[in-house]
Amino acid sequence: MTTSQQQSRPELRERIRGALESQRTDKERVPSITVLSSLLAVQDDLHYIPDEAIEETAIFCNATINDVWSVASFYTNFRFTPPGMTTVDVCWGPTCHLMGAQKVLDAVQDELGVDSEETSADGKITLRYSTCLGACAQAPVIARDHVLKGRANPDSARQYISDLQQELENGIAH
Amino acid sequence: MVSRTEAPVDTYAVAMSQQTQYALLRARARQRWDDLTEGDKPWVRVGFGASGQAAGAQAVFDALKPYGPEGTDQINLSMVGAHGLMYLEPLVDIIVPRANRVFHANVTPEMVPDIMSHYIDGRDQHPLHASAYAYSGHVDDYTSHLSDWDQLPPNQLQKKILTENFGNIDPHDIFQYIAQDGYSALNKAVLSMTPDEVLEEVKTSGLRGRGGAAFPTGLKWSFLAPSNALVKYVLCNCEEGDPGAFNDKGILESDPHRLIEGLILNGYATNSTHGVVFIRQGHDIPIEATRRAIDEAYQNGILGENILGSDFSFEMEVSLTGDSYVAGEETAMIEAIEGKRSTPRYKPPFPAQAGLFQKPTNINNVKTIAYVPSIVATSGDEFKKVGTESSSGTALVCLTGHIKRPGMYEVEMGVTIRQVLDDIGGGVADGSERIKVLQTGGPLGGVMGEEAFDTEIDFDAMAQSGAILGSGGIIVGDETTDVVDLIRNLVAFNQFESCGKCFPCRLGNTHMLDVLDRMCKNEAKPGDMQLLETVGNNMKIGSLCGHGQLGYNPISSAITYFGEEFEKRFNGEMEKSGPFGDGSMILPSRTRP
Repeated sequence: MTTSQQQSRPELRERIRGALESQRTDKERVPSITVLSSLLAVQDDLHYIPDEAIEETAIFCNATINDVWSVASFYTNFRFTPPGMTTVDVCWGPTCHLMGAQKVLDAVQDELGVDSEETSADGKITLRYSTCLGACAQAPVIARDHVLKGRANPDSARQYISDLQQELENGIAH
Repeated sequence: MVSRTEAPVDTYAVAMSQQTQYALLRARARQRWDDLTEGDKPWVRVGFGASGQAAGAQAVFDALKPYGPEGTDQINLSMVGAHGLMYLEPLVDIIVPRANRVFHANVTPEMVPDIMSHYIDGRDQHPLHASAYAYSGHVDDYTSHLSDWDQLPPNQLQKKILTENFGNIDPHDIFQYIAQDGYSALNKAVLSMTPDEVLEEVKTSGLRGRGGAAFPTGLKWSFLAPSNALVKYVLCNCEEGDPGAFNDKGILESDPHRLIEGLILNGYATNSTHGVVFIRQGHDIPIEATRRAIDEAYQNGILGENILGSDFSFEMEVSLTGDSYVAGEETAMIEAIEGKRSTPRYKPPFPAQAGLFQKPTNINNVKTIAYVPSIVATSGDEFKKVGTESSSGTALVCLTGHIKRPGMYEVEMGVTIRQVLDDIGGGVADGSERIKVLQTGGPLGGVMGEEAFDTEIDFDAMAQSGAILGSGGIIVGDETTDVVDLIRNLVAFNQFESCGKCFPCRLGNTHMLDVLDRMCKNEAKPGDMQLLETVGNNMKIGSLCGHGQLGYNPISSAITYFGEEFEKRFNGEMEKSGPFGDGSMILPSRTRP
């Protein structure tokens, strides 16, 4: 379990509780709150699911630790260690595949110095493989924190990553 | 005015108040629409959806902002949904006061000042920018050199029912939907039709489910209608994990109120109390559009207690799922909404008896539900006139890959695939010679070769050809496409996404992927082809849901159309597959536990 560097644990718990409670903001129409919706709320806020979130979700939803783990481990969007400052998705679905996604993926990995779904050594950018980003007409598609960019090729993808690195370097992002 | 003396007095009063409620909304909507279209300022609209964003529409919109209400206020500015002709994105569509409508294609932020000066500084002062692509409405001196938008080949062959508002209204403004007669079908239903009458219209229409299984929608609804349970759910499935399909999300991001109206009608026809729209997390544009639309509907008396002044009450919310393809299977979806792992349930009991939270439940695809307002507004008989005998209505096709005009097109059922490829799609992409292979119906669908391109788009004709229409994705591969490599990609997806509940699917997909991987590397073993077939058949018999049952489809259809290539690959008579020359492919290393 990686300890979050930014905050001590009691603060982390407080923040998790805040994320869980935030599901109840709409006073008139309270949406269905479940283990899954709670985990999504936590990950939206923290970008990962720390051990504390599993416990807090179990308490919040009146579920067991086992129940919560079974859900958290099932959906592939949940991660259990903090990601980099930015997450880059590269699609490997069939349309993007035909349009050259493998080479785009290879270029992105090379630029980041990783060879699978990992975070770059400087801790800034996390790479994820996506099964479909929903903009197949602009394939191959890559994305940064869910903001899409289409018609990628290996060169433009390298440029995209190096621009992003530069931007994070300058501290503009986040 | 009411001559029937036996009619209770308050019925008339209630009817009056009901009419007034929608009439008021409608008057307000018309007023707003006229302000936008007939005022002095041009109304500039930027096509924006996932595809528009990927093409760079956000930067174009940002470049237009200084001209809008937040800047010099020289134009009205809106983000609208997808126009469907996605090869033209970013697409800027301008309604010129007292003139016509002009479409600018493939716009970049740098072009914006030049484009705008024509409309703002005076049309004679600055020529129309070269990005102007087509006009709509009447032609004038400025647009005489352009094509008529409606006569463009990809528009001509379309039959717009679901997509009639796409690109024309701001999805974040309920009044723009109402200005196009939106919610009039709901008003008609809750005021003047019984739930049974609405259900009858849907049955008569011959509408079949658009999620893949093509089950008759009216029949499905009739399983739910009779139950007297106090809480009953109608769920709308927009999980849409199929790579290559984006039409469900397309509806939500371009015209979410059509879906909401359809889902309320679904609830009314089946005496249900709650609607849930189910979307995968991370697709922020459709999620945001749907949430805002539901809020707007509540604010205007279209959701909640006594809808439009009637006795009917109905609640609706959005439920998000994590990343899981199997969550699109209806019982797995119910599990996900309950917050559990999305694995399929055993049936019976069927959802109509015990579904979400053990309450009677119906599940329908986004497109299926979005047809309902037009069925109720006209009639089931009218709808049945569109399409073929066994597949009424239209198909919303997502055309992608090596095609000249990728996009999302609505065509009448019965049009051939070749017409879609050639007339709408414009044929194979520039730089390619011919279309070799199509992958249709998502990763559990199949592939087809050229001999099947004359197949009609129709649920049954497509199924006979060995492919399926499924959710409407058609992925085009040119002559360079390596079929076994493409199949490996599909099977890799299916392996990655198996939920793991049934071992024939969990292990079978892994086996098949191993074999295909060996074939791509020219390392196939004797008996591998037989192994594929055995495993595929076991998956078909031994899996609970379509994910396992259909998992062999991609391979069997590839053997049908590209048997020779499969054979050669198996015998190691071809170059190694894949872009890296060694037969390898970059794939996720994780699978579900």
